[in-house]
Amino acid sequence: MAKFRKEGGKKLPAISTASLPDIIFMLLFFFMTTTTMKETTMMVDLKLPEATELQKLEKKSLAKYIYIGVPKAELRKTNGTEARVQLDDAFAKRVEEVGEYIAVKRQAMNENDQNQMIVSLKVDKDTKMGIVTDVKQVLRKAYALKIYYTANEKTNQY
Amino acid sequence: MKKREIQEINASSMADISFLLLIFFLVTTSMATDKGLSRTLPPPATNEEKTKDVDVNKRNIMMILVNSNDRLMVNGEMMDVSKLKEKAKKFIANPTNDENLPAKEAVQIPILGTQMITSKHVISLQNDRGTSYQAYIAVQNELVAAYSELRDELSVQKFSGRKFEELTADEQDAVKQYYPQKISEAEPKNYGQVNGGAQ
Repeated sequence: MAKFRKEGGKKLPAISTASLPDIIFMLLFFFMTTTTMKETTMMVDLKLPEATELQKLEKKSLAKYIYIGVPKAELRKTNGTEARVQLDDAFAKRVEEVGEYIAVKRQAMNENDQNQMIVSLKVDKDTKMGIVTDVKQVLRKAYALKIYYTANEKTNQY
Repeated sequence: MKKREIQEINASSMADISFLLLIFFLVTTSMATDKGLSRTLPPPATNEEKTKDVDVNKRNIMMILVNSNDRLMVNGEMMDVSKLKEKAKKFIANPTNDENLPAKEAVQIPILGTQMITSKHVISLQNDRGTSYQAYIAVQNELVAAYSELRDELSVQKFSGRKFEELTADEQDAVKQYYPQKISEAEPKNYGQVNGGAQ
């Protein structure tokens, strides 16, 4: 006579989840290596202008950033509604502070890279040129001559 | 009746799902790349330079003024930004040897040999303090576009149909010498003074 199997006699063996941590770690490392840390918190509203003749910023380690724009809505009470210059995490009180900022950043750089420093200007598109020109004059005096007007690619080409 | 055990959920496909996600992100996310217009500022003007008059013949200057309403004036005429590129190209290349456009000179250029080029032309850009940044970038963009189009045209003509980007470094240098980028930004407030060009 054929034997009948008892129901539930044989269970599927539990699948080892030992590799799960590896996978999670891999994901973690992936995001750690590829995403660049946001060095600064934006304190100004920034809508970049649009242009077509763009070049990529080759060496990011050589780039120092200057942000210019109107302070964000929540900061307007204390900082006014005029366009301001943001250096690292603070507003510059005077435009001349840009020179000191550049000097400090340059000091912190590798000696070979110092004269290759690029200053990337991230300026809101509605900013008036007055403040931008002032910053440029300070940059000239600080001998930070390589500059970069960061812009977005124009989507609809004419 | 026998109590049925709750089956453990099969987790072996988790790995596959994660991998799929991983690959998906790898393919789709582009690392935030910074793009923009690269410029070089002229070194700070010394006192001697400030007093020195830069003698540039009138025909060699293309004066672009941008006012606080973002309107453009080129050599005394109102102009739309969309027409600036053509105007600039004509000015830089001076294809018809026009009396009013920059004078041509024979210049020795490696690879290309002696060429008649408008080596003394200057595009002078002046803006008001009230000009918006977008308008300023638009003008800069058109000027850069004019140069790169001219360089492309020259490359195609001289180097058997290859565009500027496809040339070797030496050939690119030669083309750059043929059409040197001379955009000068006048010092603010000192209207009428032309200062060292930004390349």
